[in-house]
Amino acid sequence: MLCHRIIPCLDCDLAFPEGRVVKGIEFKQIKYAGLPWQLAEKYYEDGADEMVFLDITASHEKRETMARVIEKTSENVFVPLTVGGGIRNIKDARRVFNAGADKISINTAAIRNPTIVSKLARYFGSQACVVAIDAKRRYVTDPREAQNKVVVETAEGLCWFECSIYGGRKFTGSDAIKWALEVEERGAGEILLTSMDKDGTKDGYDIFLTNAINERVSIPVIASGGCGTPQHIHEVFQKTQVSAALAASIFHYETYSIKEVKELLAKKGLAVRSG
Amino acid sequence: MKNYGRRLTRREGRVTIKITILNYKMGNIKSVYNALKHLGAKPVIANTPSEVKARKLIIPGVGAFGEGMNNLKSFIPKISEALASNVPLLGICLGLQMFFEGSEEFPAIEGLGLIKGKVVKIRTKLRLPHIGWNSLEIRKEACPLFKGVDDGYAYFVHSYHALPEENVIAATTSYGCEITASVWKKNVFGTQFHLEKSGALGLQILKNFLEL
Repeated sequence: MLCHRIIPCLDCDLAFPEGRVVKGIEFKQIKYAGLPWQLAEKYYEDGADEMVFLDITASHEKRETMARVIEKTSENVFVPLTVGGGIRNIKDARRVFNAGADKISINTAAIRNPTIVSKLARYFGSQACVVAIDAKRRYVTDPREAQNKVVVETAEGLCWFECSIYGGRKFTGSDAIKWALEVEERGAGEILLTSMDKDGTKDGYDIFLTNAINERVSIPVIASGGCGTPQHIHEVFQKTQVSAALAASIFHYETYSIKEVKELLAKKGLAVRSG
Repeated sequence: MKNYGRRLTRREGRVTIKITILNYKMGNIKSVYNALKHLGAKPVIANTPSEVKARKLIIPGVGAFGEGMNNLKSFIPKISEALASNVPLLGICLGLQMFFEGSEEFPAIEGLGLIKGKVVKIRTKLRLPHIGWNSLEIRKEACPLFKGVDDGYAYFVHSYHALPEENVIAATTSYGCEITASVWKKNVFGTQFHLEKSGALGLQILKNFLEL
């Protein structure tokens, strides 16, 4: 039986020579959680099923630093590693694959030039090509207000979901549900779906957004944004059919361990990898 | 929790000095290399057939069957030569699939034909590709790869799997249907899952291969 995957996300600030894992409470207030490869080893020992390394600065100059982070991590961590943030072309992708990454995650580059998704899937295989979608609710009172958008009913009212790029700093006007279907068609192997409404709130995943996309695509979806407790992870697996849940801050400061989350899920009768 | 994947002692490491990973440009060979290093072995990456000189061979691989076979072509005489002199051969993922006679993925292209049978698309109602950690059921307890390994979880990423026409299935997993997870025929070993990405359990299986 296939397990529910628990994926810690390491947001990396690469201004430091070896990188630092950060968690921004708000934009100005950044806390440092440690060296990426050290944290990664700890998560590996603790039972992480995969890991995502995100270059929060998405800076082109720092690509070599990210490659070093992955090289160092992959020496002692034997679960799949995904790298995202600022990957723009085949050359950027090849650099992180050569360093030891198994998958790359793209958002901004894909929206600006959707053919990059097809290209990456063809060069490296669909399994290595994750498309990250950062979606924000746009409420409407009448579906007719949202021409050409997929309007979904949520507990808070009718809305469609807008894609954002540049780490949530810019909105594109495009519909996240339609975009998800397009990237699947183009050969993406997985969708990393982050709720911009929930991200940073520690209030739980956006179940409506997650279901709206997961029920329409047939590739695996990773739910992200809003996780504050192990119960939130249980909730997203119980109320949606996603194959993985991603969380960052709850693991960084040892608020909860991955092991604790898995114990809770196992107790609730969900399949998780142990041992 | 079982203490899988213990590093080799220095003496064991020396025994396995000559292990070669075939680099036929399909996917991430670095992770297989790192896993072997972590276990204390001294792997060598062969970029050309002339660099294949080993007591053990590994064919890793991610990607499509057709391209894989085309890229592997120049290595085939070396592989046959190694098998004839009883060198253990380990195929991972696409590496395992290429042991068979052919694949539905590229019907026009012949496989290595080391094992009778074909590679077919997974016939399941569940989502494809089959991505993630799935439970192993060991079918051949005698298979040296699974020595000291209990049923546990391994990392899979694939849409096709092998259907052998010989009694070679060493382990299976289930995903709405039975999937061939590992094969074993004399000195030919294969895992459909990525043992280099399957945590401590994967390392233990790799270590068992080193110790053959």
